[in-house]
Amino acid sequence: MTATAEKFDLTIDGTAASTPKAPGVPSARSATRPTNTRLSTAIAERRHVPKRSGKADPTAHLTAEDVEALAMELDELRQGVLESRGVEDAAYIRKVIDVQRKIELASRAVLLFAIFPPAWIVGTAGLSVAKILDNMEVGHNILHGQWDWMRDPKIHSTTWEWDSATPAALWKHSHNELHHTWTNVIGKDNDLGYGIMRVDEDQRWTPAYLGQPIYNFLNMCFFQYGIAAYDLEIGKQLAGRGDKEDFKRNGKMVLRKVGRQARKDYLLHPLLSGPSFLHTMAANATANFVRNVWTHSIIMCGHFPAGVETFARASIDGESRGEWYLRQMLGSANISGSKALHIMSGNLSHQIEHHLFPDLPSNRYGEIAPRVQEICERYGLTYTTGPLYKQVASAWGQVISLSLPNPEPGRRRVGIAAQQIGKQVRRKLRNRRPVRTA
Amino acid sequence: MFVLCEQFGARFSRALVRKLAYLIAHSGTMTAVLPLRTTPGSTRSRPSLRTVLRRVAEAVVTPVLPDDYLDLIAPMRAGADLRGRVVSVTPETRDAVTVRIKPGRSWAGHVPGQYIRIGVDVDGVRNWRAYSLTSPVDASDGIISICVKAIPDGKVSNHVVRALQPGTLIHLDQATGDFTLPSPRPARALFVTAGSGVTPVMGMLRNHLDELHDVVVIHSAPTEPDVIFAAELREWAEAGRIRLVERHTDTQGMVGTDALDELVPDWRFRETWACGPTGMLDAFEAAWADAEITDRLHTERFRPVIIAEGEGGTVTFGTQRITVDADGATPILDAGEAAGVLMPSGCRMGICFGCVVPLKEGAVRDLRNGDLTIAAKGDGIRIQTCVSAAAGHCEIDL
Repeated sequence: MTATAEKFDLTIDGTAASTPKAPGVPSARSATRPTNTRLSTAIAERRHVPKRSGKADPTAHLTAEDVEALAMELDELRQGVLESRGVEDAAYIRKVIDVQRKIELASRAVLLFAIFPPAWIVGTAGLSVAKILDNMEVGHNILHGQWDWMRDPKIHSTTWEWDSATPAALWKHSHNELHHTWTNVIGKDNDLGYGIMRVDEDQRWTPAYLGQPIYNFLNMCFFQYGIAAYDLEIGKQLAGRGDKEDFKRNGKMVLRKVGRQARKDYLLHPLLSGPSFLHTMAANATANFVRNVWTHSIIMCGHFPAGVETFARASIDGESRGEWYLRQMLGSANISGSKALHIMSGNLSHQIEHHLFPDLPSNRYGEIAPRVQEICERYGLTYTTGPLYKQVASAWGQVISLSLPNPEPGRRRVGIAAQQIGKQVRRKLRNRRPVRTA
Repeated sequence: MFVLCEQFGARFSRALVRKLAYLIAHSGTMTAVLPLRTTPGSTRSRPSLRTVLRRVAEAVVTPVLPDDYLDLIAPMRAGADLRGRVVSVTPETRDAVTVRIKPGRSWAGHVPGQYIRIGVDVDGVRNWRAYSLTSPVDASDGIISICVKAIPDGKVSNHVVRALQPGTLIHLDQATGDFTLPSPRPARALFVTAGSGVTPVMGMLRNHLDELHDVVVIHSAPTEPDVIFAAELREWAEAGRIRLVERHTDTQGMVGTDALDELVPDWRFRETWACGPTGMLDAFEAAWADAEITDRLHTERFRPVIIAEGEGGTVTFGTQRITVDADGATPILDAGEAAGVLMPSGCRMGICFGCVVPLKEGAVRDLRNGDLTIAAKGDGIRIQTCVSAAAGHCEIDL
């Protein structure tokens, strides 16, 4: 290295490097925690950080050597797919995009005559499928960079935009970066209940969670707007945290996207349909609703069903790649089903494989799933999976059940909730009473 | 106090009324649905019907573009990204082929001697390479052709020579390059070529041989069967249209500059075009410089400077032109940030693709598995800086 280089810290983990803050890009690094430890499989010792609930650590039986070996096995699995990635995979994604566009074109054409009930039904069904394909197998996966390797500028994470209220740029930040890096870490991964729900018993209960079955239902109906609001980090703004300038700029971006999407579905296409104006409008609203319900259900099955683990914040300090892999495997749940289900879910039915290797092409998750399951068994780790109806029911069960506080011996959960509410109300009243000092 | 308030209120409401009146008056030209941009300075000018239709089409198909749908039906239409359909692939020698391509309607034509870049998907990955055009400029069917020689370990050239099928849609750039004949044509011309270096010269000769009256062609290839376009060149020589010096370097050795006096005694008085391996061109440039006639020599280098693939290298960042030395174990993202470069970043472990920027030129190694990515000028391959280390000099576009 030359003299120029010596002035800077160029260590692999960049421990001593100063991180200049790009405008609007929060620095992901703190002085104490070099995030690049995840680039290495090396692990000095296993640390176990207990959670509030006192639930047993499902990885307690693994030694440092075990975790390192596991990381290498998974790296090898990834490498195998990378090496066999080629013409057929490229043809697959092009085919899916082609089919999606043709279904959308055909459905919208049929909906020009939405005034006739059969046309309405066929068109609405087709458009729902097109929107689901666009969001799941096409949009979600391209925005993950799964197809960047093709070097096709038209099918690239940096240029793609999807049929959803949230702009791709915002979603990539909150999903690819935050959720996929901090998966299921309590207090760091906002996907755990989206900041409005409690989906794990280690999340602290507050009375607001009593309404979460209703929030979840509403979020399901308006899911695309829910995601947009989530990506905007509205909650953070309301709490008085977060950058005002960023929020303003991103807010404008979201409004513009929402406007364009709404103008297309609720004004222009209805106008093009002439006498079918209202019918087309209703059809488009229905298709958006169907897409919302479907995507919400699939995504709920990814991390909310029973059997999925969460992790204490302190447990990820200096995490190695192997430990990160462990967290992804235990923190995700699959959905078993037909090929059609896998495609319509954007292969998020292979959530465990997707979380281990978010940048592998989605069409390859199915073939590595049995090997991931075998690795899980060999290392004594739970591989959570089940058919769609069971997983959806399980996730809803968690949302409903966890709307009440955790049970305590000898007390009913409703009782605990009532007591907590009482406490809060009394505190509020006390604070409102004027304080007399003289 | 009250008076002040009232005055303020009155002024405020007057302003409001004025604003409303303005809005109503201008509502005829304002479209709330489709905000139409007009040129600055002429707020009254109406956008053309074409522009309006395009905006409407864009709004109807958002978030994709009308082009995305049109590409499904007519990928070669005018206005589309330039593409071409392979018409035929015919062998010239055992390792060289002529590829005939029907270009899309955006094709702007070429000058003989120029080259095009073609983007071919090899194993699903798009790769761009430059090849000289060999076709007549005024072909009635509008078909263009290039000649591709398979080079050892050449990813694209081997694919084109051995696997490219007629009917394949490939991507094209417009023709470019100044390795062309001047106007008026030179009285005496010399062409020195080696291997596939004959291709741009063939482009010139096929188009302009009638306009050239004194032509010498020195063409080298390893053996007799390796001579590209041998039949056509010999035919011209027999007809007395060119003087051909054909060299088979495996047995006869390379044509050095010292042989020039013997082969072409008047080489100093000829306008010369040379295309071939770097070593040959360097020697020629030196000889012409010695003779102080560099303006009479035109060269075309086929292969760009080979990018050294090693451990680490200097990395230059975008418009800020900040250069750092980075070793082979340091992510380019860390190296850049340490030097104060503002870079996009995200997970720092290779999963989120938030740090992706184009590598304009250079070589990088994936820190996770050692995979090498090499970008030549114009490629702009997008790389993840958080898991890529320099493997030679790199130019990062920011």
